[in-house]
Amino acid sequence: MKSVNNLEEIRKIIGLHKKWDLIFMITGIVALMIAVLTFMALFAHMLIDGMPRLSWEFFTSFPSRRPESAGILSAWVGTTLVMLVTAFAAVPLGIGSGVYLEEYAPKNLLTEIIEINVTNLAGVPSIIYGLLALGLFVYQLGFGQSILAAGLALALLILPVVIVATREAIRSIPVSIREGAYALGATKWQTVSDHLLPYSSAGILTGIIIGLARAIGETAPIITIGALTFIAFLPPSPVKSEFPYLSIEWLTAPFTVMPIQMFNWVSRPEEAFQLNAAAAGLVLVVMTLAMNGLAIYLRYRMRKNIKW
Amino acid sequence: MQINSEKPIETIQYKSEVKNLSFYYGGFNALKNIDMVLHDKRITALIGPSGCGKSTFLRCFNRMHDLYPGNRYEGEIILHPDDVNILASNVDPIEVRMRISMVFQKPNPFPKSIYENVAYGLRVRGIKQRAILDEKVEAALRNSALWDEVKDRLHHLAFNLSGGQQQRLCIARALATDPEILLFDEPTSALDPIATASIEELITDLKNKVTILIVTHNMQQAARVSDYTAYMYLGELIEFNVTDTIFIKPKNKQTEDYITGRFG
Repeated sequence: MKSVNNLEEIRKIIGLHKKWDLIFMITGIVALMIAVLTFMALFAHMLIDGMPRLSWEFFTSFPSRRPESAGILSAWVGTTLVMLVTAFAAVPLGIGSGVYLEEYAPKNLLTEIIEINVTNLAGVPSIIYGLLALGLFVYQLGFGQSILAAGLALALLILPVVIVATREAIRSIPVSIREGAYALGATKWQTVSDHLLPYSSAGILTGIIIGLARAIGETAPIITIGALTFIAFLPPSPVKSEFPYLSIEWLTAPFTVMPIQMFNWVSRPEEAFQLNAAAAGLVLVVMTLAMNGLAIYLRYRMRKNIKW
Repeated sequence: MQINSEKPIETIQYKSEVKNLSFYYGGFNALKNIDMVLHDKRITALIGPSGCGKSTFLRCFNRMHDLYPGNRYEGEIILHPDDVNILASNVDPIEVRMRISMVFQKPNPFPKSIYENVAYGLRVRGIKQRAILDEKVEAALRNSALWDEVKDRLHHLAFNLSGGQQQRLCIARALATDPEILLFDEPTSALDPIATASIEELITDLKNKVTILIVTHNMQQAARVSDYTAYMYLGELIEFNVTDTIFIKPKNKQTEDYITGRFG
């Protein structure tokens, strides 16, 4: 019988197998580079076009017929206010739903159907949310084509993201911690508020920011509910000099947002407006990247004290 | 199964009596007609091979099974002196857990400070006065032989403690609320021999203060710390007696086989 320990042969086989390792690694790098380089090229192109347009005036000017004096003031203010409404609506609703589904809901068919639906909602095209918001918020509830309606539409859009993030974050807490709390006589709510929510806050916050980063670039639902494409005034200020100092008038104001401003400029024939669009796109991408960066930083900071 | 008959004991000396207890995980019958007693301020050990139901039995005492759907108890666990059946459906499991504390297999401190870990059971009970909290936390940490090691860093994270210290912290957390019974679920299985020795010493010291029920995989541990031992197999209580009797002259052949290492 031939010896099993034929070193020559073993080395040949190993060499052959390692070749496949190499082939897969190269394929993987190529696949990765396609994604990364495409984004880099797009970003570089935008950077070259838009960078010269970025100035203090660009942020403090309203849109204009003259491309060189046009700015994104109404757009970034609108985006900020819409995001504010979105966050205020989506955060409590999303966390509440997530906690309920994870901790309180009885495990039965109805809960399962709801769970499947929530997961599927994340895949619904955003324009459908726009149509829903148009019918429900704009007409039925009479909010009009306002910041409030837009913020709520985007809140619906990111709700599944927040719910899923909340559930995943809570589920990642070890059973032993949960049982430890219950064993000391804690009620469900005490366990949730003293332990589960604090320990999962990093994950939940990450989900919220990633949801908002998605919402900030959404155009379809905002157009559907009828945001203006050209707007040369700001919503009323939320802070007033006279009593009661805070005002919610801005909620019902007409508005525009960054992607719509971009869309408006891109569709103009003049070359100079294309440059404006590139500059606005740059600002939008940086805003999104900054939000993602913040999410990563917060997750790192808040997880530092938690080891499991 | 035989209850120790050598010296008849008055009911008053029982902290708890288990009467015809059966337990079901859904359709699976995990505990079968168990009758047993817990002697007041004594240590009772539950031994038996993996899957025999000893942890399941232990977790009946603080109604831990109520946290998960599909679990069902039959029979009674009477808690003295007020003779309440803690398994009764009209008894709130939270009330049971406030009277009976538990220490888990793996140290499970909360990601909070040492102080807040021990104080949590008190906070759950609505105690807010700093002076009372301080006093109870110190007492619990002293009783769990941890005070000298942590008194200068009470507000540091509990995760920074060693495994053995974390487990003693969990014991302090369970003691802070003055429980009537303290349950231990294999408390040393995740610890090294030195930490194990300190936990065992601590458990022995605690017996004058509280009734203890301990599940252990380690027969030497049962022999070292407990006053009474119950041997379980396949959800049944095979033999229950004074620890010395169980280990020196068990009445049941199955128990003897397990003790002598012929099985298990």
